[in-house]
Amino acid sequence: MSTESYIRRPNRPLQVYAIIFLIVLYLPIMFLPLFSFNDSIYTSFPLSGFTLQWYGELFQREPVWNALMNSVKVGLWTAFLSTMLGIFAAKAITKYRLPGQNAIIAFIMLPLVVPGIIFGVALLVLMSSLGITLSLYTVALGHVIICLPFAIATLLPRFEGLDPSLEEASADLGENAWWTFWRVTLPVVWPGILASLLLTFTVSFDEFIMAFFLTGTEPTLPMYIWGQLRFPQQFPSVLALSSMIIAVSFIIVFLGQWINRDAHISTRRKGAKP
Amino acid sequence: MSTDAFISIQNVDKYFGKFQAIDNVSMDIGHGEFFSLLGSSGCGKTTLLRMLAGFENPSKGEIFIDGQPMSEVPPHHRPVNMVFQSYAIFPHLNVRDNIAYGLRRQKLTKQKRGDMVDEMLELIALPGYGDRGANELSGGQRQRIALARALILRPKVLLLDEPLGALDKQLREQMQLELRALQRQVGITFVFVTHDQEEALTLSDRIAVMSHGTVLQMDTPSGLYEAPKTRQVASFIGTMNFFEAEVKATNGAIMDIEAQGLGRIQLPRGDRHFNEGESVQVAIRPEKLRLSDEKPEGPGHTVQGHLKNSAYLGERSHFYVALDGMDAPVAVSAQNRTRIAPDTSDAKPVWLNWSEESIVVLGKD
Repeated sequence: MSTESYIRRPNRPLQVYAIIFLIVLYLPIMFLPLFSFNDSIYTSFPLSGFTLQWYGELFQREPVWNALMNSVKVGLWTAFLSTMLGIFAAKAITKYRLPGQNAIIAFIMLPLVVPGIIFGVALLVLMSSLGITLSLYTVALGHVIICLPFAIATLLPRFEGLDPSLEEASADLGENAWWTFWRVTLPVVWPGILASLLLTFTVSFDEFIMAFFLTGTEPTLPMYIWGQLRFPQQFPSVLALSSMIIAVSFIIVFLGQWINRDAHISTRRKGAKP
Repeated sequence: MSTDAFISIQNVDKYFGKFQAIDNVSMDIGHGEFFSLLGSSGCGKTTLLRMLAGFENPSKGEIFIDGQPMSEVPPHHRPVNMVFQSYAIFPHLNVRDNIAYGLRRQKLTKQKRGDMVDEMLELIALPGYGDRGANELSGGQRQRIALARALILRPKVLLLDEPLGALDKQLREQMQLELRALQRQVGITFVFVTHDQEEALTLSDRIAVMSHGTVLQMDTPSGLYEAPKTRQVASFIGTMNFFEAEVKATNGAIMDIEAQGLGRIQLPRGDRHFNEGESVQVAIRPEKLRLSDEKPEGPGHTVQGHLKNSAYLGERSHFYVALDGMDAPVAVSAQNRTRIAPDTSDAKPVWLNWSEESIVVLGKD
């Protein structure tokens, strides 16, 4: 084995590091589902027994259903709007050489690192000075700002992978801009759009800070959880609810990544492979 | 515009920002002609093709196709179709839907459309491939489908942007023959862009050699090869030996030239116009020189030199001969003979022999 070049040699420490990394990242989260099945209202070891009681209880509560529907509504609007805006932005960035293009992309990505509380406060000030009543619509607006970087980050590689000669070929074969978009551009970038919709929905569904600042009288699901934390006897059902949110978020995001898995395999090819 | 010109490019300039890609190009292309734009990358040949397709507009000048000015006509209304360098096969459609893509606007029955696609698959020798996915095709197959997709619309002009560049040598030579046969069969004007001079010579009725956005020379393949007008064209098409020379005297139909390495040469003046005392270049193709060990008898000019080097290429050999007064050795190409890789160390004298009609006289660049 010593003759193997270091390029080829399996890197044992790196593998160990990766495993530790994943454990540190996900272990705390794993306590939530663990205690949500525990037959006790105290979240402490040792576990006393298995129960589905907390999950069953959730479905009896009307406020949970209301909060869920609010979150879904906001999530759908946010996903739709941020993906639409993302499509236009990605198209513009890849099609035209804009002056200061990198700066534009950097500014679009900025909400990823600006603290949510700052955006929340800023939007709240804006809304109240404009006299707009806070509602689920203002929450959705805040979420669009947060989700736009995710939409662009998902869509941009797709649009960059779109060979411009495909659209030219369509024009050359007699189709105008509208039909070229429907017959070529959209089908080729479609997996990216779907992934963007799923990802932005999930981000909006899980978001708390913006919702906290911008909501009116109707709470979203994370806000409902926040509200319930004051009541210790409710804690196990909060754990159950959180566990379900985690599961659904994971599934949606993985689904999105799987649909969009070949984004890096671009449709640009110089010639072809046999 | 001459009457038989089908495509007429008139005084076209093209700027990208400050960069001038096309500099006052004019050319007429006849109906049914196989016309090539030849040049190294960045010479403007693809830009010119894209202007014919309508993807770029001339900054100045006008392009006419079938008598119609094209500057206001968008790509999707032009009577031309293009085969892209990358083929641009739609990855989400199968072969059948790729070929039928442009038929949507013609209100055809499903039956009629299917028949047309089958006919095209027959023409490109891929019958039964209709249901293949776009990603299950080899390079040669993609190239043919790109061709079928364009030809099914019966364009007046087919534009081809280096369509053979991505294929390996053997397939490329096969596709060259097929492309030429196809062009004769369908009788459509082909405008073909390539950087491969051999390919251009094989395929074309006429070739425009381009460099830095201008047309250097436009002629038939044999015209370009046998009678290049500038040193640039002469060295771009095939190999050429150049000799610095001076016109010593012109008496009537005869021109007297003193060429470095070759000595005094008398040539018929023909349609060449050079003045006495003018510096010129004499050029001769390697295969027009005959190499011999003994001083040859008979007609033609002869000069003595020393064999420097040789390369064995199978059906041919290349020899490099040093002449007195020349820095670079002269290249000689010969059909293979029994004399293979002669000993170059003995500096044995050799003779070069040529006939005067194989000499090309070029003006000083």
